[in-house]
Amino acid sequence: MQLIKSDINIDFIGKHNIGYAISIILILLSIGSLIVHKGPNYGIDFVGGTLIQIKFSQEVAVGKIRDGLSNVGLKDASVQNFGLAEDHEFLIRTSNSEMTSKGLSQSIAQAVKASTGIDPEIRRVEMVGPQVGKDLRKSALLAIFYSLLFITIYISGRFEQKLILSAVTAGSLMTAVYFLSVFNVSIIVLITAALVVTLILFWVLQLKYAMGAIVALLHDVVITVGIFSILNLDFSLPIIAALLTIIGYSLNDTIIVFDRIRENIKGAKTASALPLLFNKSINETLSRTILTSLTTLIVLFALYFLGGEIIHNFAFAMIVGIFVGTYSSIFVASPIVLAVSKR
Amino acid sequence: MKPFTFKTVLILCVVVAAIVCLLPTFFNCWPHKKINLGLDLQGGMHLILEVQNIKAVEAEVERTVQEIKKRLREKGVKHLGISRLNDNSILAKFQSGEDKSGFETVISKDFENLVTQTPHTDNNIISYKLALQEKEIDTIKKMATEQALETIRNRVDEFGVSEPDIRIQGENRILLQLPGIKDPERAKDLIGKTAQLTFQLVDEDADVNLAANGTPPVGDEILYQNKVDPGSGTSSKVAFLIQKRILLDGSLLTDARVEFDQYQQPQVGIAFNRKGARIFDRITGENIHKRLAIVLDKSVYSAPTIQDRIAGGKAVITGSFTLNEAKDLAIALRAGSLPAPVTIIEERTVGPTLGADSVRMGLVSMVIGGLLVILFMVIYYKGAGLIADLALIINIILIGGGLAAFQATLTLPGIAGIILTIGMAVDANVIIFERIREELRAGKTALASVHAGFDRASLTILDANVTTLIAALVLYQFGTSQIKGFAVTLGLGIVASLFTALVVSKIIFELVLKRKQSSTISI
Repeated sequence: MQLIKSDINIDFIGKHNIGYAISIILILLSIGSLIVHKGPNYGIDFVGGTLIQIKFSQEVAVGKIRDGLSNVGLKDASVQNFGLAEDHEFLIRTSNSEMTSKGLSQSIAQAVKASTGIDPEIRRVEMVGPQVGKDLRKSALLAIFYSLLFITIYISGRFEQKLILSAVTAGSLMTAVYFLSVFNVSIIVLITAALVVTLILFWVLQLKYAMGAIVALLHDVVITVGIFSILNLDFSLPIIAALLTIIGYSLNDTIIVFDRIRENIKGAKTASALPLLFNKSINETLSRTILTSLTTLIVLFALYFLGGEIIHNFAFAMIVGIFVGTYSSIFVASPIVLAVSKR
Repeated sequence: MKPFTFKTVLILCVVVAAIVCLLPTFFNCWPHKKINLGLDLQGGMHLILEVQNIKAVEAEVERTVQEIKKRLREKGVKHLGISRLNDNSILAKFQSGEDKSGFETVISKDFENLVTQTPHTDNNIISYKLALQEKEIDTIKKMATEQALETIRNRVDEFGVSEPDIRIQGENRILLQLPGIKDPERAKDLIGKTAQLTFQLVDEDADVNLAANGTPPVGDEILYQNKVDPGSGTSSKVAFLIQKRILLDGSLLTDARVEFDQYQQPQVGIAFNRKGARIFDRITGENIHKRLAIVLDKSVYSAPTIQDRIAGGKAVITGSFTLNEAKDLAIALRAGSLPAPVTIIEERTVGPTLGADSVRMGLVSMVIGGLLVILFMVIYYKGAGLIADLALIINIILIGGGLAAFQATLTLPGIAGIILTIGMAVDANVIIFERIREELRAGKTALASVHAGFDRASLTILDANVTTLIAALVLYQFGTSQIKGFAVTLGLGIVASLFTALVVSKIIFELVLKRKQSSTISI
């Protein structure tokens, strides 16, 4: 069986402007949404607060739960349905992180029982203090940054035999970020600056594959985060796990294409033949690029629909990331390698 | 090709080893190492406590102040006030002249560990600023955290939690993992209790109400007693004016047990060691007809009037305890007080039913997702698809075996990691198969195509997997326990899928082609 014909020949490189346009629009939308919403919709993992998952044996009006909560001084707590309606499960969330040590879940259980008349089951309590949230946010950003850098070092080492050059570049960047982060410089500013410097360096040093890879990865991460922001989904710790996995995995497709480009490019002497060669490489590997993503998407959809509410957002982030990652390995990574090679 | 080459034997050994490691998880057999389930799957409580070890430093400085005063008294040196400042330094004031040199002798002889700044003279009054050495402060802080860990471990042991995991994290944080805990609220109360028990005299010369509204007299503090009305259940606070001087504290206790008074109300009986008993004997003897307050964590439990000298070193703490409260207080007192208060800065509690639900849903999505992938591979690649499926099943066995062998913890994100690996593991096969198809189209024979396919795809597969492995390693480093679980299964899955795709499926291909002796291949 074949989904994609072996003699397929689509002019991806010729149409790269359309790809760029779509990507730029998506990135602008993502950044726009992040600015409007003042950053991602951080869950309690990153800003601190308390989350309580509560289950009733029968149907309960959300208003009744709210009444009960306002009786114990939690008027501002948000209450939302969690999972399927027939489970009668709710998620109560408050920015207060100090009360769990003083029997918060007990007092909530009592208050809600009083207002609804049904004894609830407290299924999950998560409390994160503000300082812990801040620490987690910082280390999450650093984790994303480090994995991006490590991966690009590996790519330039493997694809252009410039391992030492890129390792030195990345190494000095990491040291700079590490030392500056000790001096309380805003970590977001720091990482953005470091990434911009990385991109400029790779451009100047003509590390074309590393450049293509890192641009594609940034593209994937920004759009995934952006879609979470546009849909106003909770940005929690498992989402960071998803982002890092996307960074590692969405490169699979890119590497398949890069490998073929390198294989095909060996005979080519003239720069004018490059666009055709790139296009040929993308088409030759199109089938496996799409199939590898497909098998992973199959299991992710299983996880999304059957894995339960807690893992829902993680599965969603992965699904988005894999779609975007497959797209970017065709429409972003290779055209950028070509653009750098043409210089 | 012989059927049993080195490689086939190796594969068989690895798979058998993985199965042996995996068996105890399902049956009770050797090597008895089950896959650990994380708290989010088996239910339990995860806590991170912050030890406010600066309080231990404050206490040490306060103690030093008392000691300096005592030494000066002994030497007959008069001072104009010695006190602890907010930055944990000590300010000592003297009249110039004899007292000054007297003080300097005392400091240089008995308190040489203190750092003294050049004194500052103003109107014949000399002020000294003294401080503990940085190194000593660090040691106090470190000791406070370590001692808190020990105390909390003792309390948890007495509370009865099976297989708790308690360890220091960073400078002043303590991580607790308490699987299967029944009453998380009660456990938190017990763990977080400072259990600082002190005996202090009530100042009956000054007016409490006046002091409560203004400032208490020097050397006194206002502490409250929580009174619960047994009839209505409402609680009220009663203020006491308590002398700051601590006559006796809980460090000299040998035992604490729940007892019952004549109305069958629970109370906690305590017994002091010989030194404590002697002190108790003395203070009760010296203060007959005065009120002695029993203070626990800055709140007054009772303040009986001393009727007579009490020998034997036994006392009771009364209060409106429930039986559990009395039990927990007894545990806390036996285990010793925390050297500094702790606050809970992170809590994740999962009830047992939710954990079971998570396991069930995780397994269901794993089975369904796996079956879909297996089906897809057979439909798309026919015979070769079957080989990939066999490799996939071996892959899952290897992950399970690896989890058990390394005693890693399986969390809900960890299950997600396994599911993800199922999708990723066949990727390697897809890359190889597509390459074989390409070689076949180029007109090569089946065997040559298989060889070329594996040879040329191997490097691509390695590259593609190394990047994901890098991400998994960074995630592991970043690691909160749940995310670590994901990183572990993802990492194991990648290594296993490299092995199954590049070694296992290649061998199977070769065996099949050899046996059939045919030139066609089902792909």
